[in-house]
Amino acid sequence: MSDYNFAYLDEQTKRMIRRAILKGIAIPGYQVPFASREMPMPYGWGTGGVQVTAACLTPEDTLKVIDQGADDTTNAVSIRKFFEKTAEIAVTEKTGDATVIQTRHRIPEEPLGEGQILVYQVPIPEPLRFLEPRETETRKMHALEEYGLMHVKLYEDIARHGHIATSYAYPVKVEGRYVMDPSPIPKFDNPKMDMAAIQLFGAGREQRIYAVPPYTKVVSLDFEDHPFDPSKADHPCDLCGAEHTYLDEVIIDDDGGRMFVCSDTDYCAGRQAKGHRGRLSPTEEAAQ
Amino acid sequence: MSAQITPPLPIPLLSVKDIHKTYGGRIGCTDVSFDLYPGEVMGIVGESGSGKSTLLNCLAGHIPTDSGRVLFDTRDRGLIDTLTMSEPERRMLARTDWAFVHQHARDGLRMSVSAGGNVGERLMAVGARHYGDIRAQAVDWLGRVEIDEDRMDDRPTAFSGGMQQRLQIARNLVTGPRLVFMDEPTGGLDVSVQARLLDLLRGLVREMGLSAIIVTHDLAVVRLLADRLMVMKSGHVVETGLTDQVLDDPQHAYTQLLVSSVLQV
Ligand SMILES: Nc1ncnc2c1ncn2[C@@H]1O[C@H](COP(=O)(O)OP(=O)(O)OP(=O)(O)O)[C@@H](O)[C@H]1O
Ligand SMILES: [Mg+2]
Repeated sequence: MSDYNFAYLDEQTKRMIRRAILKGIAIPGYQVPFASREMPMPYGWGTGGVQVTAACLTPEDTLKVIDQGADDTTNAVSIRKFFEKTAEIAVTEKTGDATVIQTRHRIPEEPLGEGQILVYQVPIPEPLRFLEPRETETRKMHALEEYGLMHVKLYEDIARHGHIATSYAYPVKVEGRYVMDPSPIPKFDNPKMDMAAIQLFGAGREQRIYAVPPYTKVVSLDFEDHPFDPSKADHPCDLCGAEHTYLDEVIIDDDGGRMFVCSDTDYCAGRQAKGHRGRLSPTEEAAQ
Repeated sequence: MSAQITPPLPIPLLSVKDIHKTYGGRIGCTDVSFDLYPGEVMGIVGESGSGKSTLLNCLAGHIPTDSGRVLFDTRDRGLIDTLTMSEPERRMLARTDWAFVHQHARDGLRMSVSAGGNVGERLMAVGARHYGDIRAQAVDWLGRVEIDEDRMDDRPTAFSGGMQQRLQIARNLVTGPRLVFMDEPTGGLDVSVQARLLDLLRGLVREMGLSAIIVTHDLAVVRLLADRLMVMKSGHVVETGLTDQVLDDPQHAYTQLLVSSVLQV
């Protein structure tokens, strides 16, 4: 038996966080302030996401935690262990089996369904901060839908690089109203945000929660003559052969040898189990 | 300049009534009323601390007034008191029909954004979403303020004071505002740079038929730019009239002092 209250936070705190979540869902993309609590882990380790997850979990839930798409990184493992210990809930690495998925930097490749909740860890929730550091001013800009500045940022990108070089935390407009930072996911994942699952965003240090309800329109900002391009590496996965996934580049020897593999390890393993093979698959069937 | 003045039209662009502003009991400016007609440039002169900036900031809605009205001839609803209009409406006005040129360019520029981005911001703020068009307009405007196209991707931090001020002017005028507020637009610049900027401003004012309110304590500036003049002292307007009239035949003792002190230089 654990000595913790279920999922670590006390019921009073969870209620407060749930109220913020409900408000966030009612106003898609709007940043709701909440009284972020000290968690037994440093900021930058997903304290916002952890609090949101804690407020969502029920004893029947099955939790998956990923960091950059992988279930086995230190950050993901420690958060998963934290909830195993404090909530004694089931955990999984299988996207399809999870009811709650906490993530840092990725959306799983397997489409999420109704009944699932995706919780993002957010470092900086304010997309306008890059050009306008004053909080009073950015709040006003959101309230009055003054979003020209967001395009100034994209303009600067094109002026400097010839194209929109922002590739992470690419700003989106939610349901035609609030401009939102989707957390540092690759822009490749942006189109997936139009999904059937509930998406919740928690920023611990900044004390903000925001949400995208199921089936909400999420549009990546762009220019007419520089349309949004989710872009992907020009390779198939070297392990499972997938041509439609987000890939990590991995150095494999001292001679500059490289391979490209799905960043979503569960998805890649699932494909390999079904017999899909890539260029460097460690089996004899591997194609040359 | 007086020969160019158009006869007053029935509807002023801006109608200022009894502006009164104090700072904790001390007068900032008081009892100020005037009308500005389309295409007119009004100069506000006076010594340091006479309330020029206070008045301008009250008119532009940057600081709250104690009492008074600032009626502006809006496109859709005619004369509206901008001091009581809703904040979204006033902010919209501020980035469309109004422009404000600050004395210190860095107060009116985004120093971390390229020159082109600075000029493009107002366009994007009112919905421009075609990069090529925005850039073309930025090039055009930078050219009009004599900034080379090949500097458009540089940040204003790399510009001289005069260039920064010209950039600020381009950034303000790109949306074709109907009323421009300027607070000492040539202040803090070298004399030769001032002269060039003044020339440029005069060209733009004539070419665009701008209506403007220009605060300065440089009588050469108003001589060149302003159709009408308002002289302030200790927060009060002590004399108003056509620029040449006021400068050539000042009535108020303070204005006489102001004019003679300049002429003696
Ligand atoms: N924020 C403020 N708080 C208190 N008093 C102020 C403030 N701003 C201006 N004042 C006072 O109001 C009076 C008018 O100041 P203002 O800045 O409007 O003068 P000005 O004519 O623009 O002077 P300058 O030519 O030096 O710019 C001065 O007595 C000044 O000290
Ligand atoms: Mg001043």
